Amino acid sequence: MPSARGHVTGVNGNMVNVAFEGQVIKNEVGFISVGDTKLKSEIIRITDGIASLQVYEMTGGIKVGDDVEFTGELLSVELGPGLLTQVFDGLQNPLPELAEKCGFFLERGVYVDPLPDREWDFTPVKSVGDTVIAGDYFGTVPEGLFTHRIMVPFTLQGEWRIKSIAGKGLHRSHETVCTIENQRGDVKELSMIITQPVKVAIGGYEERLLPNEPMVTRIRVIDTFLPVAKGGTYCTPGPFGAGKTVLQHLTSKNADVDVVIIAACGERAGEVVEILKEFPELLDPRTGKSLMERTIIICNTSSMPVAAREASVYTAVTMAEYYRNMGLDVLLLADSTSRWAQAMREMSGRLEEIPGDEAFPAYLESRIAGFYERAGKVRLRDGSYGSVTIGGTVSPAGGNFEEPVTQATLKVVGAFHGLSRERSDARKYPAIDSLDSWSKYTGIIEKKKVDEAYSFLRRGNEVASMMKVVGEEGTSLDDYVIYQKGEFIDSVYLQQNSFDPVDAMVSVERQKLAFSVLYDILNSDFSFTDKKDVRAFFNELRQRFLDWNSTADDDPKAEERKKEVLSYFQERRK
Amino acid sequence: MQKVYTKIESIVGNVITVRAEGVRNQDLVEVTTSQGTGYANVIKLDGDKVSLQVFKGGQGVSTGDSVRFLGVPMRVSYSEDLLGRVFDGAGKPRDNGPELEGNMIDIGGPSVNPSKRIMPKNMIRTGIPMIDVFNTLVESQKLPIFSVSGEPYNELLARIAMQSDVDIIVLGGMGLKYDDYLFFRNVLEKSGAMSRTIMFIHTASDPTVECTLVPDLALAVAERFALDGKRVLVLLTDMTNFCDAEKEMAITMDQVPSNRGYPGDLYSTLASRYEKAVDFEGAGSVTILGVTTMPGDDVTHPVPDNTGYITEGQYYLRGGHIEPFGSLSRLKQNVNKDTRSDHRSLMDAMIKLYAAYKDSLEKRSMGFMMTDWDEKLLKYGALFEEKLMDLSVNIPLEEALDEGWRILASCFEPNETGLRSDLIETYWPKEK
Repeated sequence: MPSARGHVTGVNGNMVNVAFEGQVIKNEVGFISVGDTKLKSEIIRITDGIASLQVYEMTGGIKVGDDVEFTGELLSVELGPGLLTQVFDGLQNPLPELAEKCGFFLERGVYVDPLPDREWDFTPVKSVGDTVIAGDYFGTVPEGLFTHRIMVPFTLQGEWRIKSIAGKGLHRSHETVCTIENQRGDVKELSMIITQPVKVAIGGYEERLLPNEPMVTRIRVIDTFLPVAKGGTYCTPGPFGAGKTVLQHLTSKNADVDVVIIAACGERAGEVVEILKEFPELLDPRTGKSLMERTIIICNTSSMPVAAREASVYTAVTMAEYYRNMGLDVLLLADSTSRWAQAMREMSGRLEEIPGDEAFPAYLESRIAGFYERAGKVRLRDGSYGSVTIGGTVSPAGGNFEEPVTQATLKVVGAFHGLSRERSDARKYPAIDSLDSWSKYTGIIEKKKVDEAYSFLRRGNEVASMMKVVGEEGTSLDDYVIYQKGEFIDSVYLQQNSFDPVDAMVSVERQKLAFSVLYDILNSDFSFTDKKDVRAFFNELRQRFLDWNSTADDDPKAEERKKEVLSYFQERRK
Repeated sequence: MQKVYTKIESIVGNVITVRAEGVRNQDLVEVTTSQGTGYANVIKLDGDKVSLQVFKGGQGVSTGDSVRFLGVPMRVSYSEDLLGRVFDGAGKPRDNGPELEGNMIDIGGPSVNPSKRIMPKNMIRTGIPMIDVFNTLVESQKLPIFSVSGEPYNELLARIAMQSDVDIIVLGGMGLKYDDYLFFRNVLEKSGAMSRTIMFIHTASDPTVECTLVPDLALAVAERFALDGKRVLVLLTDMTNFCDAEKEMAITMDQVPSNRGYPGDLYSTLASRYEKAVDFEGAGSVTILGVTTMPGDDVTHPVPDNTGYITEGQYYLRGGHIEPFGSLSRLKQNVNKDTRSDHRSLMDAMIKLYAAYKDSLEKRSMGFMMTDWDEKLLKYGALFEEKLMDLSVNIPLEEALDEGWRILASCFEPNETGLRSDLIETYWPKEK
């Protein structure tokens, strides 16, 4: 089918109307010629022979009558070996290469090949005559820490027979390594690179499974109280300055997954710079290699064009699904999904659609649901397992969780980590409000015991609010003990000292051990004479527990510190 | 492209439409009315119908007035000649100097490639202890001053403009009272800082459209100076007026409002301005300090709320001084480790004690008995406010730190301050 052409008939912000000849497809990519540059854009609506395009660049200088070429293809990314360690913009342009070409600024209309055409050591795993379907892999190449599977494009229909396949050895990524043919006689030449539309979820697996294995973040309040499962979804809403991004950075460093994809969507460029400078120097404790080796960054910061921001989360999730299909656990961190929703709102406004709540489009909820539903744990055809876990931050206007994006997100995620201004102002880190938040996943500790600990937190909180009215004098000794126990959980377990190298990231074993001691303390009855006595006891116990928290497992003092905690409270037990 | 059109089809608010061909989006247009010649720019194209936003406003425009398309986008002249000059929101001289027409540069240019950014590492000294000591301003930072009407935020900006150790100051005034404009001009001229200052001033009585252009003009010029190796500080006051002007424009254009009448792209609009703050490797830097007045002292109002998500911290100006609580410079830890060994610890200790002073103050106002400790805190608080918090204090960082130690020494015993012993040994004032 020959590609259609057209010309501009109108410009409104980043939306351009185009009259076209021939056939066009909704969500097809077109290029608008402005002088010598061609601006990438996507058809988002077709009415009465006019296609409305959202332009992924600034629209200054476009005039009525400018030529438009359509490509006949949906907005796509290139998938293949060499994605890891890279930094892309929302449309998969590698930013360092762009910088080499254009210097300090992001000049519009400049697009760079996302994957370098370098040589990879290819090993075929299928032979001529084998039958393959979409998603099967016919060869592998080593990519950093992983064996990268070279797969049959996910969009192909039906069964195909391998006509020829390259032998073991070095091949360039753009070179044809496999030729396949179907029953109708259509022949396809496959290279190591697949072009995949970003808004189409990648299939090619046997079945989807229930996420049941915890994804360890080394943050106690998450792993113990509000767990996230591999293949699950969670969201982190919070007002500005509550530490959403800090929490995500720590998760991206410590999560026990194979690949981490960071989608910096509409946030500060400075935050991405921190990752860019820090990650290459940090070592992944699991592999001993630089953290960058397992990381891909998609960076469409707040001042970059809005339409590309909308695309960036899809670009990121498509890459996540691709690595999932190699049997890897992938974590996608999107910061922030509110900016993505705002990008949708801007386009919806230009299309003059009837607005919903706070002018967000009516399809906001289904788009958010569609995005989070691309997470999941799957069993692949060869019996191995892979997963995509999605964690998104939400930046609610005014810090009010009642707004549409937060509410739409809460409907579809499996865990909710709400950050509170009170906790962050009080310098309590992490600022997750454990009483408001929830998780539907199973964590590293028995559910029954966690619930018991929760009940102390909840009752402690009730006593605290009661005490504000009746004062300490009006509170019974028993209630006061419960209050102190609630505070105790918060200060020694929920909070972590992010500056302390030991306390900042806590292993599963250590969490289990610390929790068992905490559990023991909570369920002990102590004999106290008065409230002063209670306060003094818990202050001392807290100090000892915190000292133990900051002592590493392999430190000879660790055992001693633990004993100091145990002996102190066991003595006072009734 | 110099054809003149004389049939204006509609005039709605500040937006006029004409029928013309070959017009490019965002191009500059000259509109000649009975009141003289002014400018407009193209904001929407629909077939041969061109919508123009008239800088001087639609008032007094006749359907028979002439419109000439200049074929270039909005630009501003850039050269050393800008220094010491004052312009309006359309880039025309507001002082008696000549119009500058050489070396025109585009405004609202592309954003900086994130991979070319570097970690901010240089402190900007302002001589104001509440900034230098407690929430250090860092080169390439973007920081708003959250305040309310009536607070001396313009006085604060003027002090920073006079005292800070940068090469060039670009002041963007939006919706300024004429008195405030004169105040800025007089203060800067008197202090001699005018020779390194460029002012783009939109006063409250000027046309709304020009208000929306001020940040772009100021930042385009600042960016150029930075690329030429200068350390530039951009002061923007008041960004709430800018947002209100954007709101007015959006509503005129029949855009669907999102929150309290503000357009849905408010976040992107603000971000594309604030993100111009940058440190160019091997060249200069742009630092942005803006004023955001909070209507009704409400930080959840869309303007301060969106600003807070974009910027790297905020200063709260309340009761005539920068609040020690709530104010935050997110980048301060990048620089305050290298200033003086006592900087961080002293900062923390003094803030903790000040918080304790506030508690004592509350206790006293409720009529409770004052202990010895409370009395010490009350003395400390009063000294702290007088010697460090007062906006008229102008001392370098080192002197401010020494002053901090003197205040502590005159109120407390060393072990009451919670400071590390080695610091006390080095810095605690010996004579008494």
